[in-house]
Amino acid sequence: MITDALFGVLALVALAPLAITLSASSKAGSAIYGACLIATVALLTIALVALIGQQVASTVTLPFGLPWLGAHFRIDALSAFFMAVINLGGAAASLYALGYGRHEHAPQRILPFFPAYLAAMNLVVLADDAFSFLVSWEFMSLSSWALVIAHHRVAGNLRAGYIYLLMAGFGTLTLLLGFGLLAGPDGHYAFDAIRASHPSVALASLVLFLALIGAGSKAGLVPLHAWLPLAHPAAPSHVSGIMSGVMTKVAIYGFIRIAFDLLGPPQWWWSLAVLAVGGISAVMGVLYALMQSDLKRVLAYSTIENIGLIFASLGLALAFKAYGMSFAAALALTAALLHVFNHSLFKSLLFFGSGAVLHATGTRDMEQLGGLIHRMPKTAFVFLVGCAAISALPPLNGFVSEWLTFQAILVSPQLPSWGLKLMVPGVGALLALSAALAAACFVRVYGITFLGRPRSDAAHTAKETDAFSLAAMMALAALCLIAGIVPGLFIDALAPIVQTLTGGHMPVQIGTQWMSQWLSIVPIAESRSSYNGLLVFVFMGLTGMIAAFAIHRLASDKIRRGPAWGCGFAGTGPQTQYTASSFAQPIRRVFGTLVFRARETGDMPPPGSTAPARLTVQVHDLVWEALYAPVARAVGVIAERLNYLQFLTIRRYLTLVFAALIVLLMVLAIWP
Amino acid sequence: MHGLTFDIAHMLAGSLVLVSFIELYQDRLSALLNTFALHAFVLAASVAWQAFVQDAPHLYITALIALVFKAIVIPVVLHRIVVQLGIHREIENVYGVGLAMLVGIGLVALSMVVMLRVTAEADPLAREDLAFALSVVLIGLLMMVTRRNAVSQVVGFMSLENGLVLAATGAKGMPLVVEISVAFSVLIAFIVIGIFLFRIRERFDTVDMQAMDKFRGEQR
Repeated sequence: MITDALFGVLALVALAPLAITLSASSKAGSAIYGACLIATVALLTIALVALIGQQVASTVTLPFGLPWLGAHFRIDALSAFFMAVINLGGAAASLYALGYGRHEHAPQRILPFFPAYLAAMNLVVLADDAFSFLVSWEFMSLSSWALVIAHHRVAGNLRAGYIYLLMAGFGTLTLLLGFGLLAGPDGHYAFDAIRASHPSVALASLVLFLALIGAGSKAGLVPLHAWLPLAHPAAPSHVSGIMSGVMTKVAIYGFIRIAFDLLGPPQWWWSLAVLAVGGISAVMGVLYALMQSDLKRVLAYSTIENIGLIFASLGLALAFKAYGMSFAAALALTAALLHVFNHSLFKSLLFFGSGAVLHATGTRDMEQLGGLIHRMPKTAFVFLVGCAAISALPPLNGFVSEWLTFQAILVSPQLPSWGLKLMVPGVGALLALSAALAAACFVRVYGITFLGRPRSDAAHTAKETDAFSLAAMMALAALCLIAGIVPGLFIDALAPIVQTLTGGHMPVQIGTQWMSQWLSIVPIAESRSSYNGLLVFVFMGLTGMIAAFAIHRLASDKIRRGPAWGCGFAGTGPQTQYTASSFAQPIRRVFGTLVFRARETGDMPPPGSTAPARLTVQVHDLVWEALYAPVARAVGVIAERLNYLQFLTIRRYLTLVFAALIVLLMVLAIWP
Repeated sequence: MHGLTFDIAHMLAGSLVLVSFIELYQDRLSALLNTFALHAFVLAASVAWQAFVQDAPHLYITALIALVFKAIVIPVVLHRIVVQLGIHREIENVYGVGLAMLVGIGLVALSMVVMLRVTAEADPLAREDLAFALSVVLIGLLMMVTRRNAVSQVVGFMSLENGLVLAATGAKGMPLVVEISVAFSVLIAFIVIGIFLFRIRERFDTVDMQAMDKFRGEQR
């Protein structure tokens, strides 16, 4: 099984040099993306067979890497699940890129890195020793960095790539430290050896926090998120979809692998940090998203929100596992994993949709869009499905995983620790707030972009996107619906992972009497709560049809077209509509004053003056100003000082070397 | 490994340190080069004695390389370079001879302390040898720091390398190939530095490092 997977990855790796040789040809794009599609579908099949077939973990050791270690690879239920997420996203992106990639100006800057990037993500989840894991992790970072700066002439993209590279290096460094501590002085880097060694509580806690920082910076947890909203939108849209929908999940895989698998039994207070960071990320992410008017940047910030939600569920699972409440831990972990899957579906879908809009209109600025539902009806429909799913509306999939998370939060009063008893409802409130704000955020995104009247000529003349892109988006939208109406299937597929990591499992959802239960999902017991997506779907479908029938048949059977009543005002331009920033104004006033120090200054000219009135909004990114800017300034100052060292005489350099040698020898001499 | 053999090895290594000190206060270039030849000769003797003591015939080759190249070829060539450059009569004002000697004594003490601590369980001959070798290396470096003239910096570098060879031969089981490659790298460094000396001279009319700093626009 693992060898099949590795051959698939090898095929993807081999596509990268092939793309370089082919890059002169005009057919290169179709060939490479087609081959990527085939390879990812093959890898997806392998992953699904490994996950559903519930086979024992299969391992292989290859003779490269560290000389005394080799490269270990292993596929178990957890890596099979994440492999499925990666390759589903990869396959959708390849299909989408068959159409979208044709519009690229310089495809040779993207084609070689795209398959390499997919291969790297697969290798991360397959790696079974710390060395291969970190090498694949860094390979993933670097190949995605190359994709981020693919459009390097666009203003800001190089800066985004630079910040991304710095943050990726920082994250890898903390993971390296964490694995180094786990491996101990003898260098037992294989995961098997790490599992067998039982680290002390202090060491394990330190490793957990390093993993939270390292994986969290890749996943985009606040306050380590600074690179994400810059880098994700900078990449070409199909790559943005993978980065946001899939690569953040690889980071979550890294955290789950360390926290739940390698570290052994957890301490209850670990969950405090994870919960706090998750809850804050959820709310901050969506508040940031509401302040933006760049379509892709809104989606990137919304990723931070969803990552926060997933980390909050993981924190809950850690807490429950620490107290041996395996059924609740299983519920929380299932919620997290299910949201991983769901978010990869709808975030890829939304990024693809934004790519279609970007190509059709040439802009990502929502203030320039509007009315696209008439020009791009199919894109508008699938985008609506994505928006509804990410806003957690039933019967779509986003609702199921968020509902399961809240079910897990409702179990928290049974926790014995008072700290958690008080904290978990607080985090629950944060998550509830973020869910509501996310709905507002996506109403804003959809309403400003697709409804109303076009705000620019580009939006006025937009054309529907191509068939490949639409096929990819429709497939993802269909999966969103399927995962929403029969979530039991997916929950059951996750059971073996949850069983190994928490020792418990949720009730079997689709058992022998699934007909009589109408495919309901039951988190803990039927007496407590249950949800039936199919029933909701059928009900909504029926009521919708009846309403449509009633309106069209009973109210009036004729379509009349007439001039819209203009409220007495004639000839209002599209500027009179709600704009993206005016829609967000109430939320900016309520939350932004505190979180972003948002200030509005109105400048009203005196009566008689013909100068226009102006409203200026100032928003500060406090995380950047408090955390990143001082570091950047300090580095600048130190570099300025050290610059002096570049202009010494030869003798002074020799003296410096000599002095350094003497000092080191002195240290050696007086070291106890 | 005791008695007379130990004493002779000790004496030769100690003499090398002594010659290093002699190098430190030479203010005429030709005298400095002669001292360097003596330095290399003592090294060759020391290595040959090690070859005899350790019964390692390949060390004789090392001794021979040291004798032919370092004690004869390099000093002779450097002499000729100095004469060609017309600086053989120059007196290099080595300032602070007394201070340099004191620092050198301190360095010997430091290397003794370090080596005797670090190699507590090693063979006593190797220990002493290593300590002496480290002193020779450090004094060579000190010479490079205190001298201004490019030629005397080259001599400092060469005597530093002599210390390395002494350390390498003291440790048993040092492969010949490593020694030969070290010797070759030094030769190449010597050739490169020699060429550079002439280039520097052509351009700046001097091999005094201070003058070159002036050309970089840094008046000190």
